Amino acid sequence: MREQSFIVATYSDADSLLRAVETVRSENFSVYDVFAPYPIHGLDHAMGVRRSRLPWVTFIIGMAALAGALVLQFYTAVLDWPLNVGGKPNNSTLAFLPVTFELTVLLGGLSTVAALFIKGRLYPGKKERLIAEGVTNNKFALVLRKKDASFDTRRARQLLEQSGADRVQEKEAEL
Amino acid sequence: MSTITFTPRPVAIGGAEAEVLRPPRWVDGNPALHDITDDIARPLEGKPGKGWWICFGIAFAALLNLGGMITWLIAKGIGVWGLNNSVGWAFDITNFVFWVGIGHAGTLISAILLLFRQQWRTSINRSAEAMTIFAVLCAAMFPGIHMGRPWDAFFIFPYPNMRGPLWVNFRSPLVWDVFAISTYLTISLVFWYLGMIPDLATLRDRAKGGIKKIAFRLLSLGWNGSHRTWARYEIVSLVLAGLATPLVLSVHSIVSMDFATSLIPGWHTTIFPPYFVAGAIYSGFGMVLTLLIITRQTMHLERYITLRHLDMMAKVTMLTGMIVSYAYLTEFFVAWYGGNIYEKYHFINRATGPYAWCFYLMVLCNVVTPQLLWTKKARTNVAFLFIVSIMVNIGMWFERFVIIVVSLHRAFLPSGWGMFYPTKIDIGILIGSFGLFFTCFLLFIRVLPMIAMWEIKGVVGHGAHKMALSDDEADKETAHA
Repeated sequence: MREQSFIVATYSDADSLLRAVETVRSENFSVYDVFAPYPIHGLDHAMGVRRSRLPWVTFIIGMAALAGALVLQFYTAVLDWPLNVGGKPNNSTLAFLPVTFELTVLLGGLSTVAALFIKGRLYPGKKERLIAEGVTNNKFALVLRKKDASFDTRRARQLLEQSGADRVQEKEAEL
Repeated sequence: MSTITFTPRPVAIGGAEAEVLRPPRWVDGNPALHDITDDIARPLEGKPGKGWWICFGIAFAALLNLGGMITWLIAKGIGVWGLNNSVGWAFDITNFVFWVGIGHAGTLISAILLLFRQQWRTSINRSAEAMTIFAVLCAAMFPGIHMGRPWDAFFIFPYPNMRGPLWVNFRSPLVWDVFAISTYLTISLVFWYLGMIPDLATLRDRAKGGIKKIAFRLLSLGWNGSHRTWARYEIVSLVLAGLATPLVLSVHSIVSMDFATSLIPGWHTTIFPPYFVAGAIYSGFGMVLTLLIITRQTMHLERYITLRHLDMMAKVTMLTGMIVSYAYLTEFFVAWYGGNIYEKYHFINRATGPYAWCFYLMVLCNVVTPQLLWTKKARTNVAFLFIVSIMVNIGMWFERFVIIVVSLHRAFLPSGWGMFYPTKIDIGILIGSFGLFFTCFLLFIRVLPMIAMWEIKGVVGHGAHKMALSDDEADKETAHA
């Protein structure tokens, strides 16, 4: 990733940040990101973040695991090594359900978490890039990106300064 | 220069025009965000107190004892236990079922209460999940050491092999157990870790350097508080909670099928899955109460683990205790009404036979004790709750012992009857499993954040709560704090 130019406004409470997001969005600035110590309710809507599609990963991998588990049990119990256990039929589909359920949950869950790590670019050993001090403790940061020359830096600063920010600064950073 | 007007957000009002219910408060006082971080991170940064060292010393001694006992067991074989031809499952499987049950409360608190949006879970979910993981570890140990040849334990997994290929028997509840317990352990571990990532990042940013900084940096995966990640993170937490909810119900149901699918009187009954799940949650809440009362006293976290939390947990304990009592009654009723002479004899033997004292101890702890929790005074008396929680644990251990040993010792033919007497090794391993559990838990509260800081910050009055109070009410509270 290369360095980009940002305008960073930091706040001490979530309510001012939320109002500031609404204001800058109403003036057609797009919010690059918000950094906060906890997920702020209503911010998804205010920022215009689309609802995550990660549950699809759960669904698709879960279904694949379900099919795979049934196939594994059918193959081992009916085709590869049929064994008479208490006179039960080789294909005892009902008795295969608990293992099928467990594998569906296991692989569905693990794949969803893996997808979150991939989408959020989280991996062990990654060096954290904090845009402002205290965003994992008690500060909230609203970040706008200066995309190109048409970005109205003066107006953006003005909006943020009047929004109750503790501090507004321009930064070059990698995020 | 144009001026910007900020329209005030509609605030829920306490006043004449609109009456709103005050949202319940789950943290005492009105701590600022950095106070929450300080309060929860402080126990990890200072030196542990005397109380912690005493508890740890006892637990670690029990763990060492476990190591010695298991070494002896593996060297000599399971003949060192009191098992015999009549009673082939005793302390080992009792402990297994007991510990799996303990774990269930953790998942109930972290997953099911998340789906029900119960905010009181936020202070206790982290430690309850940790309890789940350590309890399931203790549980998983028992089938392993019961095998006689634990070095062949991997035979329980289906893998292509040169023995036929001889696959596991997927129709057997014992194989279902393998899948249920491993899935439960894995998903609980992932859920627990995922919930901790933001807090690990907070600790990383607090750490001045050295090994702590390196470890927290490695574990926090570069988390930087981005809301785009938060949005995904919350969805994933919900998905995992949705998966963990049926999972936890399935685990003890499957454990109960180890018994229910056999023909032994006292085991062969369809009531077992719901009965075991209710018992699991009951015993688990007993253990959560024990642990949280110890930690809130030794770690001085009374502000976050309040009497209201203890009250809620006591209510769940009481409810599930009554479900368990109802199941006991149903079992006796069906034994009488069903007309099966073996079943009938089993229940007469349970209440009047040589192990009757275990049965009455179980009734005392699981039927009578929860009835003491009807008054609020009882539910908010810490010392009383601590005693109740210990009683619950004792009662549930004996419930499993009664189900397993009393059923086996007089099954069908009187010529096959026998008695089980525990040996020193049986008792030593039981105590040792508590050592393993408490050692893990005490280390956990020393090195990892035992309360979810970010969740507390989300509910503590910088969001929903503050907005619901009128300004002067909020000021009053701040002044009061």
